[in-house]
Formats: sequence, structure tokens, C-alpha cells
Amino acid sequence: MRFFPLIWANLTRHKRRTILTTASVALALFLFASLRSVVTTLDAGARVGSESRMIVQSAKAIVFFLPMSYKERLAAVPGVAAVTWADWFGGVYQDPKNFFASFAADAESYLEMYRSDLELPADQRATFLRERTACIVGQHLLDKFGWRLGQDITLRGTIFEGDWTFTIRGVYRAVDPAFSEDALVFHYSLIYERYPQWVNPGWYVLQLRDPSHASQVAAAVDSMFKNSADPTKTGTERAFNAGFVTMWGNVSFLMNSIGMAVVFAILLVAANSMMLSARERTNEVGILKTVGFTDRLLFGLVMAEASIIALGGAVLGLGAAKALYRPSGFSAMGFLPGFDVTLGTLALGCGIAVLLALASGLVPALSAARLSAVQALRHVE
Amino acid sequence: MKIPLIYNLRSLLRRPVSSAMTAVGVALVVAVFIAMLALANGFKMALVRTGSPDNVLVLRKGADSELSSGISRANAAIMAALPQIATGSDGRPLASPEVFVPMSLEPATGGSDQLVVTRGVSAQAFEVRQNVRIAEGRRFAQGRDEVIIGSAIASRLAHSAVGDTIHFAGRGWLVAGHFSSGGSAFESEIWGENEQLMPILRGEFFQVVAVRLRSAALFDEVKRVLEDDRRLQVDARRESEFYSSQNGVLRLILNFLAVFITGIMAIGAVFGAVNTMYAAVASRTGEIAVLLTLGFKPRSVLASFLTEATFLALVGGFLGCLVALPINGIVTSTTNWSSFSTIAFSFLVTPRILLDGIIFSVVMGVLGGYFPARRAARMPVVQAIR
Repeated sequence: MRFFPLIWANLTRHKRRTILTTASVALALFLFASLRSVVTTLDAGARVGSESRMIVQSAKAIVFFLPMSYKERLAAVPGVAAVTWADWFGGVYQDPKNFFASFAADAESYLEMYRSDLELPADQRATFLRERTACIVGQHLLDKFGWRLGQDITLRGTIFEGDWTFTIRGVYRAVDPAFSEDALVFHYSLIYERYPQWVNPGWYVLQLRDPSHASQVAAAVDSMFKNSADPTKTGTERAFNAGFVTMWGNVSFLMNSIGMAVVFAILLVAANSMMLSARERTNEVGILKTVGFTDRLLFGLVMAEASIIALGGAVLGLGAAKALYRPSGFSAMGFLPGFDVTLGTLALGCGIAVLLALASGLVPALSAARLSAVQALRHVE
Repeated sequence: MKIPLIYNLRSLLRRPVSSAMTAVGVALVVAVFIAMLALANGFKMALVRTGSPDNVLVLRKGADSELSSGISRANAAIMAALPQIATGSDGRPLASPEVFVPMSLEPATGGSDQLVVTRGVSAQAFEVRQNVRIAEGRRFAQGRDEVIIGSAIASRLAHSAVGDTIHFAGRGWLVAGHFSSGGSAFESEIWGENEQLMPILRGEFFQVVAVRLRSAALFDEVKRVLEDDRRLQVDARRESEFYSSQNGVLRLILNFLAVFITGIMAIGAVFGAVNTMYAAVASRTGEIAVLLTLGFKPRSVLASFLTEATFLALVGGFLGCLVALPINGIVTSTTNWSSFSTIAFSFLVTPRILLDGIIFSVVMGVLGGYFPARRAARMPVVQAIR
């Protein structure tokens, strides 16, 4: 620590260079944390959803309805505690760019099924259940469009033709941040009124008595409907969500390879700046050696300087990412609910900073340590 | 008078490691920039190439995708009778009422099922969609359980080789051939005969009707006729515009990513260039003073250093292009969110994108070189030469 003033003096000699280098390290780690968080948030999204719930969908493809008559038959399967169902509505609010998820669900059983995942005030819940044209929306969605409780909103149906007006009677919060707060849920019966000949449940949700029986229940359900006109495909809710995540394609590969390129590019910037500094100080190294600084100490001084730049940049970059995303409620238009920089990402970022310090400081530090005093003093820039 | 370029070149070569690091830093940024644009462009072109301006796609009123549309048999017949529709070699109108369903299919690599668009088309479809060519095997035969598979998706599905039997919708289908369509989204689809697929898929109605016009100029007239017909209740869209307008959100995300990522990387690279150039100016104080004493104008010194920085970045730019070029044609896949199904497409590097990369590198060079160059130009001669 005795030598800290010397290190500090070296750092502040070229203030601009130190600041620019630290800033590029900070930018790189900010970007790294952002890209990495896309991957971790998607992974968290794949883990959301309970192992004790199962989704029954059409084996042909998700766009097919399942007959309403399946409700009673599913409820009778041993191990099934409760059944609810829902439909993808795919409504458009004003402009297709304002995309958010909208579902028609059998309100009472649906809310019961997701009671522990959705926080909905009891009075709002009661009003929603009572009113035919009511809907509930996620807090984040409400804030995004500046809606308020009791407001009427009109969605244009893309699958179910026509304009649909709903009154917002409830605002829910998600207990798990990875559970989307960008969704709108309304009464299935409302669609049934307009399209009684056509609409049927898009998927059923089963509550299991015991999660360990998931595979038996899935096998029982699928074999029951195997030879019918509408065979089913049953899996846990978690697997169902994970399936959606893989639909994006190989996101983690893309993000990781870009992240590597970013880190490598900034390594070049940092190493270059350390080398520039070292070259300018060749004479000084000679003087320090003449007055008795050991090789090891000189090595340490250069490494310490590189570490301060790399770690300072890391603290700024990672700190900014952590402070920016979660509090601002960033969710990439609802595609990445609960977007947050995880502790694992922060640790990985710090690891990269350490590597950056080692890699950028090593060459100049070694050459400073190896330089003979005579040669250094003779050196002319 | 201008300072000769050779001076800059020699100066750069005197500091080979530092120059190379700066150039490689710029190269990486440009390579990522090109890769991101090639990804966005490849996805966009797969959609744009799908449609033809000569074709009209008719959907149910209000439907925003083929998936959510529905058109009855009677209405499809009314549309096919329009006089503006071109006729095929057999004298029949070029109209293809189509069934459109994404099916869950087993991927070649194992893992969870992929959703793949299955399109039931009429015999006229190959004259309506003129970019569709059989790449291997033959067309499906009328009245048989046969399908053809798009070349982009064929390698990703199990049991998809010509002559195999692929199972979906509770039946086995003979794979009669593979088809290509110039890199369009059709290459990610399975095609069969509409009359075969309709009853087992979504019941007695089509999803869309694609018709070929006698001339692209007739579009407005046909659109008016179709949309004014009270029996039909449809929206008529120019096919090329319909497909290229799809997946706006996903394309927005891709473009945002390209700008966000490369923007931040570029700032880092510019900082690196600024450092390098300042160090260059500082170590060449004496030289600059000599140049100024010899009578070179400060303006020339500014230009010279700016040129040096730009040249360095330009080398990086070209290097970046070289690094990024091999990704051209690499096939990747994502989901076409308007049909919830897999779409395979290739990274597409165009000359335009390469040029953008080069321009981007020049911008980085100018930004990184300007302030150091200005310092060099404003250097007080007497002080510097001491």
C-alpha cells in the first residue's frame, strides 16, 4: 500500500487515457452483462411454471381446439385435482406493434389454479368474476399503456373477428418476476357467446395432487384420447414454457459469441493503452531500478495499475447494468419478463475483469521487470 | 501543401503492435456489425422473397396472419372467377385456395417437436408461386397421400428424405420431393394437396386464397372488387407486401440489437483509437514541430493525422469484412411468430452491408482521430521543438 501514491500518480498522469480505457472496459462489461442477462432471463422463463401443473394441448398442433367434453374426462383422471382451460386470443390494441399476450380463460377455475402465482385484490377478483365483459391485466401492462382501473379498452380480434371491448376490473402482480405481467385475461364465455359453433378450449391446465405422478397422468391422458379425432399431448407446465423459449432459436449461442467478440475487442483497447503507458515510461523504469526498486516490485506496480483500470471499469459497467434494468422495469416489450442481471452474471463479469487485467498488464509488466537499468536509461523515444 | 501519405504509413508501421491492436479492435466491431445486419437481412429477405407483386393473397377480414384466416369453399370459387385473374396453360384460373396449419413434427436431431407450416395447395399453386422449383424427386400426385418438403426445413426433420414416409395428423405421407423457392419462407414449409389435407386439418374451409393477376397493375382494381363484395368479407393484400410486413416485432428486435450492440462496441473502439492517436501525437511532438517549421500548414497536419486514423480504421474495416464474410449462407432458424412455426433462413451478407461496414469503420476512424489531430495541428512550434 506504500506504493499506492506512485500507482495513482501513474494513473493520473494521462487522465484522459485512463478515463477512456476505464470507460471502454465499463462499456464492454455493461454490454456483456446485458447480453448474458438475455440468456439467463430466457432460462428463468423456461423454469417458470409449476411442476405440479400440466398442460394438455392438441397433439396435431397448438392451433387446434380440444373438445369441451374433455373437461369432465380430464377431471376424472386419477391424480388430477383441478381442471381449467384457456384460449389464445391474440387481440391487437390499436396497432400490431403494441403486442402483448391476451387470453380467454374460464375465469373462476383459472384464477383458482393460479391463486398462488397471481396477486389480485379480493374485491377486484370478485368484480371481475361478476362482470361478463371484465378483464384483468398485469401491472406492467397497465403502466405501459397508462390505463387505469375501470377503463374500457378495445382490442381487435385477429383469430376471433371483430372489436372486443373489455373493462379493466383487476390488476394483478406476478409473484415470480419471470411470470409475465404483460398479459390480459378475460372471460372465455364472452367468446363463446359470439362463436358458440366454433370456439373450444385451446389448452387445458391440470392441477396434480402429487407432482411426482406427472408422467403417469400424462400417459393416462394421452392414451385416453389417442384414437379419437383430437389426440392430446400432455406435459408439465414448465416443459410447455421451456418449449416456447426454444422457439426463439439458438439465442444463447448468438449472445455468447457476440459477448466474446466484445470482450476481446476491449481487451485489445485495454492492452494497447497499458503498452502505450509502459513504452513512455521506459526511462523512468530505468531510474526506479537504479534507485533500488526490484524487478518483482516493478512487475507488481504495472499489474496493479492494469487491475485498477479493469476492476474500476467492471464496477462501473456491471453496476450500471444492475442499477439500470431491474429498477426501470425493462422487459423488451414484454418478451423478457423479469429481465435482471443475476449474481452469477456479475461474478462472471468480475472474472472477465480479472482476466482482462492479467492479459492487458502481463506484457508491459514483464518487460518492465526484465528491462536492464542501463538499457532503459539509454532508451530514446 | 499536403503531407505525403507515405509519412503516415511509415508512422503506423513504426508502432506495429499498437497499430495492429487498434485495427483489430475496429475489425471486431465491424465484423459483429456485419453479422448482426446479415442476420436481420437474411430474416427479412426470407419473408420478402416469399411474395410476388403479381399475386394477391386474400384473407378473412381482420385476420393478420394466414393462421387466423378462414375462407369458405363457396367464396374461394367466387374469387377464382374474377376476370382479372391470369389463366394457366390448361386454361384454368391461376388461383390456389390453401389450407395452412403448423404441425408438430419430430426434428432430425431429437429434442422437442418443431412446429412446421403445412400448406395444402391446389394444382395451380406452382404457376401462382412461380419461384417454387422441385429440387429433388417430383411433385406430389393428385389424390394421393403425398407431400413435398421445403429444402431449408427438410434437413431439420426426421423421416424427410425423398421416398421416406413422414407422419403427421394421424397419417403417414410419402415424401415425393424437396422443393426450393429462392431462399423464401416457403422453403420452411411442407406442401401437399389442399383436398387431401383439408378434411383432416381444420375442417371445411380454406385459410387463404392466392391468385395470380394478369398484370401487377390490376391490384387496386381487384382489391376494390373483392373488398366491396358483401358476400366475401375479406381483405386483399398484395402478396409481396403481406409477407414482408410480417414479424414486425421480431425484426424490430433484431435491428435494435444490431444498433445497441454495435453502438456500444463502437464507442469502446473509438476510445481505443483516441488513445492510440493521442499517444502517436505525443511521441511525435518533435516531428510535428519540424513539419510546422518546414512550412506545412496546421490544416495539413490536421488532415494528415486524420488520414492516419481513418486509414487505420479502414484497414480494420476491411479486415472485419473478411472475418464476417464466411457467415454468409449459414443457415439458422427462429420462429415465425405470425404462424408460430419454425422458419429457417440464412445469414445474408450483401455488398450494401459490407459497404455499410466500411463506412462505419471510417466514421470510427474520423471520430477517434479528430481530437488528437487537432491537438497536433495546434501545437505551439517553439515549445514543441525544444
